[in-house]
Order: sequence, then structure tokens, then C-alpha cells
Amino acid sequence: MESYLKLNSMQLDALREVGNIGAGNAATALSKMIGSRVEMNVPDIEILPLSELVSAAGGPEACVAGVCLRFKGEASGAILFLFPAADAEQIAATLLKKRNVKFSDELSCSALTEMVNILAGSFFNALGLFTSLHFIPTVPALCIDMAGAILGSVLYSSGMSGDYVLFIKTDFRYGDKRSLGYLYLLPEAEALQVIFNALGVKQLVE
Amino acid sequence: MLVEIAQIKVALSPTELVSIGLGSCIGVCLYDPFARVGGLAHVMLPASNKGLKTEYRGKFADTAVPALIVEMLKSGASARRLVAKIAGGAQMFSFPNVSEFMCIGERNLNAVLEALDKEKIPVVSQDTGKNYGRSVRFCTGTGMLHIKSIGRQIKVI
Repeated sequence: MESYLKLNSMQLDALREVGNIGAGNAATALSKMIGSRVEMNVPDIEILPLSELVSAAGGPEACVAGVCLRFKGEASGAILFLFPAADAEQIAATLLKKRNVKFSDELSCSALTEMVNILAGSFFNALGLFTSLHFIPTVPALCIDMAGAILGSVLYSSGMSGDYVLFIKTDFRYGDKRSLGYLYLLPEAEALQVIFNALGVKQLVE
Repeated sequence: MLVEIAQIKVALSPTELVSIGLGSCIGVCLYDPFARVGGLAHVMLPASNKGLKTEYRGKFADTAVPALIVEMLKSGASARRLVAKIAGGAQMFSFPNVSEFMCIGERNLNAVLEALDKEKIPVVSQDTGKNYGRSVRFCTGTGMLHIKSIGRQIKVI
């Protein structure tokens, strides 16, 4: 929606805070699961025209593991966790306390999906408390493929049909500042209004 | 020549038209083998209903196909010689209890086939559906469509 371009700095700050609170809690949960310190940046609000979307996924043909789930309730949208494929295998190995885990192994896929399920749970718990809104996350699904194809598919199946897309992106790191993955929060256009209302921030001007 | 999401591009032999990372999107290639004019639309959604306005002519299947034909004719193609090759329309994630709304790849595919049928353009080959992403390279010199996927051999249709 072109109205994304009209968001003022207060609205952008509100969205950043939404991402920050959710991702902060998710990082804590993540840290407990992998038994390592997890750091994150302040979330970026990205508003991009469609034509730049695929490049935004960081190398459109790079092989990544994506775990996606939708959320419904008073506000709806999707959450996508993207890991570089090699790192994802290492995380799965950590979770399973095994060495040399491969994605051909169903158990490692399941471990990674479950991890994101738990992350999303803590994300929405925090967000629910912050906004007093009720979020209902669905069961996540995993896909290992080209970054561009994954990001695109998540967006369109989430009912995002404007010429611009908005997402809140948080970068997680662990160990020696190794990138662990990116968390994307993709609210639908209507969800933005609901979130702004809940936080007492002025509505979008149409 | 790169064709980004929701764009339409037409080129003359021997230029190659490329779209990277097609998931549920569909690469619709039209070709006039005599004039050697090729066009590629990177279709993203099935239909331009709900009065959605867009600056991207390749975005919706139902409007992208006619728009692509117009561009092809401008570049010297003849409508009755046009043939189509299509790739994409995957279902990247398999969610449990998937609703019809989520099957965007399949809906895109049906909408593209319908739009091509309406314009009486035969689909000579396709590599569609399944659950993996595709990058496509359409050679306007030969009319061949090269399809690359992760962990799979390059397919030429």
C-alpha cells in the first residue's frame, strides 16, 4: 500500500518497538534453547517497492532455510525466520545434541520448526502484553530453498497485494557474532491500523 | 535482462530474459519463433479484483497476459504466431490444514492458463507446481526456457 510511505516517525518508532519487544523475548527463548548468548539488533522497518523485494532477501538465489507461520486474531500477518542453510544445520545439531546433522533428516527439520514454534510463542506473548491484542499463531512450516522464492511466497500468501511491502526485520547473532538468522514480521496493511490503535498512535492517513 | 517481480519485459534475439527466485510466482514467456521476439512477465497474484491499483503491469495474471501481448506486438511479433512457456507456481510451504487462500501458486497457475486460453495462445511446455523455487532464463534466440532449482539439474523446456 502506498500509505506505507506516509508513515510518520512516531508510527515507525511504534512498529520498531513492536518488533523489539517481540524479538527480545524470542531471543531470550532462543538463547535458552541453544545454550548460547544471543544478540540482536534494533529491528529495521523496511518499506520496499516490489521490484526490490527479492534482492532484500540477501542474495535471491542463496540457499536458506525458512520457517514460516501466520498469525490471526485481532491483527493478522506472518512471521518468517530465515537461516542460512549451513547455519540452520548447525543449529539443528545443537538442538539435537548431535554432530553432522543434514536436512535430509526429518528429525532436524522437525527440531528447527519446533524451535521457531517456541520462538513465535514467546514473540506473541510479549506482543500481546504490550498491545493488549490477542494473536493466534498457526503451526509453522519449513522450506529449504532460494531466499527470494521463500520471501516472495510468504508475502503473497499473506494477502499483501500492494505495490509496496512493509516488514520488520531483526538480525540475531550468537557465539562469535555469527549470524544466526533473520526474523521477519510481516503485518498485513489492516493489522498496522489495529496495532496503531491499540498503542494509541494516530491512524494511517488514507 | 532482469525481470523483477511484477514486471514485464520484451526483447529481441539474442537477448536473454531472466527472473530469479520464482516461488509461487509464475514466469510467463511468450515467443514468436519467426520474428524471434520474446517476452517475460513475472506474475505474482491471480487477479486484479477488489479494484486494486498497481503500477506494475506484470503483477496480476489476468492483466499481465494482455499487457505482455501488446508489448510483443509493438516489438514486431505477430499475435497468431505466439506460443507460451510457463514456469513457477510452486507451493513452497506445506502448512497443516492449509486453506484455499494459501494455495497461491496453484491459483496463479490456473489464472495464467485461463488468461492464455482466452487469448488463444497455446502453452507448448510448462514446469509448474511442486514445492521448490525456480530461476528462469528465457533465450529469445532459440525460444528455450532454462530452469534452475536448488539441488536439481537444469531443465530446458
